[in-house]
Amino acid sequence: MTRSDVQLMLDVKAGDQQSFELLLQRYRTPLVNFLYRMVRSREQAEDLAQEVFLRVYRAREDYEPSAKFTTWLFRIATNLALNSLRDHRYQKLEISMDAPIVADAEDGDERPMEVADEHPDIEQHLVEEARKKMIRHAIEKLPEKQRAAVLLHKYQELDYSEISKILRCSESALKSLLFRAYETLRVELAPLVASSVKH
Amino acid sequence: MSCQKMETRILAYVDGRLKEDERAEVEKHLEGCAACRLRANEFRAVGDLLDELPMIEPSGAFNARVHALVAAEPQRRKSWFAWLTPSPRIAFVASLLLVATIWLGSRQTPPPAIAEQDLPVVENADYDVISSFAPLSDLSQAQSDDDDSDVPPQQPQQM
Repeated sequence: MTRSDVQLMLDVKAGDQQSFELLLQRYRTPLVNFLYRMVRSREQAEDLAQEVFLRVYRAREDYEPSAKFTTWLFRIATNLALNSLRDHRYQKLEISMDAPIVADAEDGDERPMEVADEHPDIEQHLVEEARKKMIRHAIEKLPEKQRAAVLLHKYQELDYSEISKILRCSESALKSLLFRAYETLRVELAPLVASSVKH
Repeated sequence: MSCQKMETRILAYVDGRLKEDERAEVEKHLEGCAACRLRANEFRAVGDLLDELPMIEPSGAFNARVHALVAAEPQRRKSWFAWLTPSPRIAFVASLLLVATIWLGSRQTPPPAIAEQDLPVVENADYDVISSFAPLSDLSQAQSDDDDSDVPPQQPQQM
């Protein structure tokens, strides 16, 4: 039987290192992806995700299951991401989200999700890459809080009450925030949206 | 429902997160509002576009780095007097009890003053018993007169 996040965290609090390992396995990919889309740098996203796990570990003895574990986890991640963006520490690196994932995969056992071999038609591949680039840019252009809301809503599939706690706003304010974000995305992605709606 | 109210519900509608009654209300509005219908379709298309972005996998060294950070953390050791430190809850309850005790104590009214004339006169009540006590009966009257004073008679001082 799969132990819940809260149970795992309580076990970590009791000194069980294996439970921490399970939490790490369960949330490392969602966290890295969330942070990657927030700070637009893979390297920094991994650094921040490691910091999130370290903070979780540090806080284990004071942990009380008063809220959902994911709310707590992504609140830490969001705060770290927003702080790092505000500090402009990562902007100097000029590493864009557009950097091909294959370049990051040189060191190891990971593989890019899509590689050129899967696209015998190079022209189609380029079209798809341009499409993804446009989507990434549209997300990047969102104000930071709107971006966090969209990422938590769309990719983490958290409910409104969780996201509002993470972003420390009311649910109605969150709905307004998300509406504005989707309006912006609708405009930014108008050519792609129009072709999708026609079909 | 107005188009303005739709703004807070349209995304939840597209995501299928509305309750049944709310969804029915939204759909009723969409039947008669082409602009909101178009917006709902376009929001759905935006959602589909966001799904196209690939997920990335953390690097192979990710877990090892986390392990190294955790291993570098100093272990918290409880000091020998840690048991003296009460938990916040116990401290809170103890504080409440202390305040309640002080408050209740301050509310107690002093006993009513007893008028002097109400007291029974007991001045000579047990005198007979004391006077018949054998050791006392041997004492001379003169000595008993001296005993009226606790201060011994002072000798005149030689200058």
